[in-house]
Amino acid sequence: MANDPIHQFHITKLIPIEIGGLDLSFTNSSLFMVATVATAGAFLYLTTASRGLVPSRLQSISEMSYEFVANMLRDAAGTQGMRFFPLVFSLFMFVLMANLLGMFPYFFTVTSHIIVTFALSMLVIGTVVVYGFWKHGLKFLGLFVPQGVPGVLVPLVVAIEVVSFLSRPISLSVRLFANMLAGHITLKVFAGFVVSLASFGALGVGGAVLPLIMTVALTGLEFLVAFLQAYVFAVLTCMYLNDALHPSH
Amino acid sequence: MAGSKKPDEPGGTVPGASRRPDASGRDDLDRRSRALDEALAARRPAARDGAERGGPATGGLAGFGQALRLSSEFIAGIAVGAGLGWLIDTMAGTSPWGLIVFLLLGFAAGVLNVLRSAGLVAEPDNRAQRPRADRRDEN
Repeated sequence: MANDPIHQFHITKLIPIEIGGLDLSFTNSSLFMVATVATAGAFLYLTTASRGLVPSRLQSISEMSYEFVANMLRDAAGTQGMRFFPLVFSLFMFVLMANLLGMFPYFFTVTSHIIVTFALSMLVIGTVVVYGFWKHGLKFLGLFVPQGVPGVLVPLVVAIEVVSFLSRPISLSVRLFANMLAGHITLKVFAGFVVSLASFGALGVGGAVLPLIMTVALTGLEFLVAFLQAYVFAVLTCMYLNDALHPSH
Repeated sequence: MAGSKKPDEPGGTVPGASRRPDASGRDDLDRRSRALDEALAARRPAARDGAERGGPATGGLAGFGQALRLSSEFIAGIAVGAGLGWLIDTMAGTSPWGLIVFLLLGFAAGVLNVLRSAGLVAEPDNRAQRPRADRRDEN
């Protein structure tokens, strides 16, 4: 049972709550979401509390993360996009902190459950659709009608564009979820090999070195993936928000 | 891209410009601040690209990330097409046809997604802004 690579993703109810037939229990997933928000908030608050003109190391980490997201958003969506900065920055910090917290042994990885990532991406796409219609009205639908397409092909192209648009939340959520899930399973499987091989005596211990090296390398890779996926999520959010701001030129 | 950014640039103040308070000083100040704006606008995207490249896109692992990104785009297109087709079939009772048509559409949308996120397709509605579409493949 200790070697079951899926076991780390089990949801357990910590405080069972049921309201009107709905299961609203406080689970280990909820606990780690709270921990993620608390850690990210506390980090940003405490590091910027002194507000040194010459930043300390930790303060400059906070400032760098601000600059990083702000530049990303300004590049993708222009200056107007900065009104979405709180959304993009919160999403980036949440995903990054959840991924990094998941790297601690025995910690639960919030982003390895597709419902969590899907809810995040639906938040993004919902913002895009609501803001697009609120700001541009029906002209927002011009997003689906590219200019310069022959009249005969317009229905086909529009259908393809609509399916492409609808696939965005899926690809956004599946990418983050699949990366975290696959990475943690791989890590667990290789770490399990170490234990299984080591139980075969002296020869096994010698052989166990190989998966051990692999586990160390994979841990490094996982830290990179944790950052990369948070970055990709934020970049794509910026691009989709750009569509809401400028549906047609 | 650079044009949309210009207004927020804090390039209006040129240190030392107030040294010449005569009538031509006003024109001179405008001219110089415009020159500074242009110089800043020319410099800024390059600096930003450098910063981005120095960030997550180090080593060959960026290619791994891109592979995962492209494959998920493609699969999402097909999955959404198939799902829509199946949904239409169950609601309208046009049994195999909705699935067939929308699976093909989903395939096309998946290919479009991949090409678009690889930066090989200029966004159809802003071909004029080619630089941004080109920059997309670095993400």
